[in-house]
Order: sequence, then structure tokens, then C-alpha cells
Amino acid sequence: MSTAALSTATLPAPSADQAHASIARIYVLETKYEFLKLLRLPHYLVGTLGFPVMFYVLFGVTLAQKSDGPIGAAEYLLASYCIFGVVTAALFAFGAGVAVERAQGWMTLKRATPMPVSAYLGAKIVASMCFGTITLLLMGLCAVTMAHVRFPVSVWLTLWGVMAIGCIPFCLAGLIIAFTVPPTGAPGIVNLINLPLSFAGGLWFPVAMMPRFLQVIAPWVPQYHLGQLALGAIGAVDEPKPLHHVAALVAYAVIFGALAWRAYRRSDVNQ
Amino acid sequence: MPASQTSVATLNNVTHRYGSIEALSDVTFDLEAGQVTALLGPNGAGKTTIVRLLAGLARPTKGRAVLFGGDPQSVESRRRLGVMLQVARVPETLTVSEHITLFSSYYPSPLPLQTVLRLAGLESVADRRYGKLSGGQQQRTLFALAMCGNPGLLFLDEPTVGMDVESRRQFWSTIRELAASGRSILLTTHYLEEADALATRIVVLNRGRVIAEGTPATIKQQAAGRQIRCRTHLTEAALALLPGVQRAALDAGGYATLMAADSDRALRALLAADESASDIEIRSAGLEEAFLALTAADQASAVA
Repeated sequence: MSTAALSTATLPAPSADQAHASIARIYVLETKYEFLKLLRLPHYLVGTLGFPVMFYVLFGVTLAQKSDGPIGAAEYLLASYCIFGVVTAALFAFGAGVAVERAQGWMTLKRATPMPVSAYLGAKIVASMCFGTITLLLMGLCAVTMAHVRFPVSVWLTLWGVMAIGCIPFCLAGLIIAFTVPPTGAPGIVNLINLPLSFAGGLWFPVAMMPRFLQVIAPWVPQYHLGQLALGAIGAVDEPKPLHHVAALVAYAVIFGALAWRAYRRSDVNQ
Repeated sequence: MPASQTSVATLNNVTHRYGSIEALSDVTFDLEAGQVTALLGPNGAGKTTIVRLLAGLARPTKGRAVLFGGDPQSVESRRRLGVMLQVARVPETLTVSEHITLFSSYYPSPLPLQTVLRLAGLESVADRRYGKLSGGQQQRTLFALAMCGNPGLLFLDEPTVGMDVESRRQFWSTIRELAASGRSILLTTHYLEEADALATRIVVLNRGRVIAEGTPATIKQQAAGRQIRCRTHLTEAALALLPGVQRAALDAGGYATLMAADSDRALRALLAADESASDIEIRSAGLEEAFLALTAADQASAVA
């Protein structure tokens, strides 16, 4: 330390204060710094914002020239790539992010403080929602200005709501990865799971355009149900069954949550 | 060592396993209020495990850990505790001030940001991102995070790793001042020098057992001795009674290991008692070796 050590005369007596720290303030700060932490990570931005928006401009905007009718490629891909973006953001923030913080001892240090665990997890969920929102805004801007997509405000809001709430099962899925896979392998595993499942779930092409066997698999893919909700919101599904998809996502959230909890209890952070 | 009334943290007959590896074997340990206690020992001795159990980061496999008279995992205990662990990496894109501000929010009466920065000597790098700090500055940031709740009890796991000599001296002086202000401190270290410089009490660990404890003076005296190895027909009890010999151990191969404060005197006594003693080897025992020899013979009772 280059500066002179502090005289303890200026240091208050140790605190035995058992009042509660403001829980609301913990949540707000935890979320703010989680968001800032990720915002300053170039590779996270490229993965969660860059790729979906780039795909949209390449495929959605370019293909839009050839489509007609109220729901063309520009509309369809806006909804499905937004879902791809938020799912990727959630899986990376949890799968890779938590795996690294666990392995490096950072999670352990946080657990030794009075921080509520819910603040740690909640902050990461809200941060994932924020990145999903930014993806939607950027993509929406491209859609409106370059592909002349027009939705009523209510549709934009529904789409946003689907993204924001719908990322939760994927946050929990990410946690399973975080507590079971070695941290160096986590980003690779996330890609290995996310890319094929997003494809199989119809986030890149409509399920109807896919080979028969993929059409059979699709309803078992969590991404499919969130995608169908988003596509239903913009009127791209002939017979929307929102309750069916919500039920499937809730079931996945429960299963993933239980598996994540089990993985956490068994992981090295508790030994 | 029964838990005294002034004890702030206690392990009672604690055994802890990681899978099949026994990290602590029946350890009883008491941390007294207002003291600086150093856990001293080589890698794998169980120092970090003691810190983890007392900080409520894991439950002992057997036995009981008590912090402030209660459960180490309770929020009430954690509000009064500051912990510095060996963290490989801290999120690198947040600045020193941001990290401190966040950690401070967890506590009901945190120290002001400026006080924490000054205490840890980080004022000049307050707005620098963690990833851009030097090793010593990173270590001091972890110290700052341990201090921001103004704790009465501090656990410091290898606090000076990565610090240069000057930083280490400064850090020591900060620790002394914190102790003088009435805080209880538990620190782990590899170095006798560090334990000697800071601690009022040293607990020596090896292979999960407490093998010695006492004041720095007592421990240093034991570590300053020499180790004599030889083949002899004397019994362990007879060897232990030789003048100058502090401890003696006999292995299955008929080799004796003697720890001697005065090796000249011990050697003369040995040869007087057993003229046939052979293969004699004398060497100065570093702290680790001094205690290793003793544990090998499973004589791990407290010495002080």
C-alpha cells in the first residue's frame, strides 16, 4: 500500500447492528452492477445482441423484399430472432456466467456475505430481460425502418412481455449447466445445446418448412413453445394455443428449477 | 480447550471430508475475542477448510461449528463477519468503487466508501476496473470487500498472497491497527514470519490436525530446533526423556526421529545411552518439517 495506513482513530467501532439492510436497495444495486458488468463484456454483447440483430438484418430484412401479406419473413423473423436473442442471453448469463463465478470462488465469497441468494439470481434474471429488451428495440428499429414492419403498440408490448417472462425457464436451464459442467466447457456446452435446439424449435425457420422428423421433435423443445407464443402475439400462427405453450414452459421451468437446485446442492460450492 | 465465554467462533470435534479425502480430523478450535489468531501450515493442511466451516460456507461432516454463539449460516452471524477468501478472479469489468458499493449494500451499517478505500490503500485506483489492477491491488480490493460491513470479526485466507514486500508490510500494519481497535482476526498463512508478525496466538495445522498451538514465541522455539534421525535400540519413552530432546518418535523400521531444542546436548545423551546408535543424521528442521516428523508418528497432541 503506497499510502500510509489509516489510523483506527477515524474508524468507527465494529458494527453489531442487526437492523436489516434495505432489501430493495440490494436488489437494485445487484441488478445495476450485473447489467453493467455484462454490458462491458464485448463477447457477451456480440453473442446476445450482435448475432440475433445481424441475422435479422441479413435474413429478415433481405428476405422481406420477396414476401407479401400481413405476415412475411420480416415479421416472422422479428419475433423468432428476438426469442433466440433472449434465450441466448439467459443461457449465457446463467450457464457460462454462473459457471465461471462458481469456479473462480466469486460465488463463494458472495455467499459469505449477508446478501440474499434471491438477489444474486434475481439480478441475473432481470439483466437477461434487459438484454432481451435491447435486442427487441434494436431489431424493432431495423424492422420498422428497413423492412417497413408495422405492429400496433399492443403487439409490441405483448412481444416484449413474452420475451421478458419467457426467459425464466432458460435462466434455470443455464443454472443446471453452471453447476454440472466445468467452467471452461460451459460456453461450448451452451452453444452446443442452444443452437440445435433453437433450430429445432423453429426459431430460425418455420417448423412447417422443416423435415418431418424435426417437426415431431419440435413440440418437445422449450424454445419451440416460447417461439410459438411470440409468433402467436404477432398473428403468425393460424390457430394459436397460448395456454398450451404457457403450460409447457411452466412445466419446463419447474423441471429445470428442480434439477438446478439438485445440481447446486451437489456442487463443490457446498462442500 | 473448552469454548470460553469470550470465544467468537468455535469448532467442536469437527471432521470434514471432501468425498473420500479427510480435510479435517477431529479438530477442536476456539477463536477468542480481540485476538489475532494465525492458522499456520502447508498446503492441504486444512486451513481454508476451517475458514469455510466457520464462515458457514459448508457444514462439517461431523462435529459442530459455532459463530457468535449461533449458526455460522445465519444472516445475523454474517452481518458481523468480514471474509477475505482466495478468489481466482473477481468480475473484471466493474471498478473498485462499484464492487465496494455493492458489497456495502449488504450490511446495515457499512463503512463509508472513502473510509474503505483509504483503509485498503485503494484511493488512487477507485475508478479503475478490477481487471486492470495489479496483483497486490486486487488482493487489497478483496480486503476492502471484507471490511466494508465494518465487521467485528475478520477471516483472512492467505491475505498477502501476490503482494510485494512493501505492500505486505503496509498490510500487516493495517491488520495490527484493526486488532488494536478491538476486532478479532483469524488469518491463514504459509509463513511463520507472517504469523509471528501479526498473531497473538498461532495454531499449527498439518494434514487436517492441530499439531501445536501457542504464542508466537513458543511456536518459534519449537520450530528453531533440530531434527536428529538415527537407528537405535532405545524405546520411544526412553528417547523422549533424553536431555535436550523435546519429542521423540520411533517408526516401524527401527528409525527414531528426535526433535531437539539443543541438538548437541541431545546427541551426547543419545550416544551415552546407546553406543550402538547408527545412521545418525542431523538437520535443522523448518517449521513444516519439525511438525511433519511429529505427525508422522501420530503424536498430534497440543504442545503448548
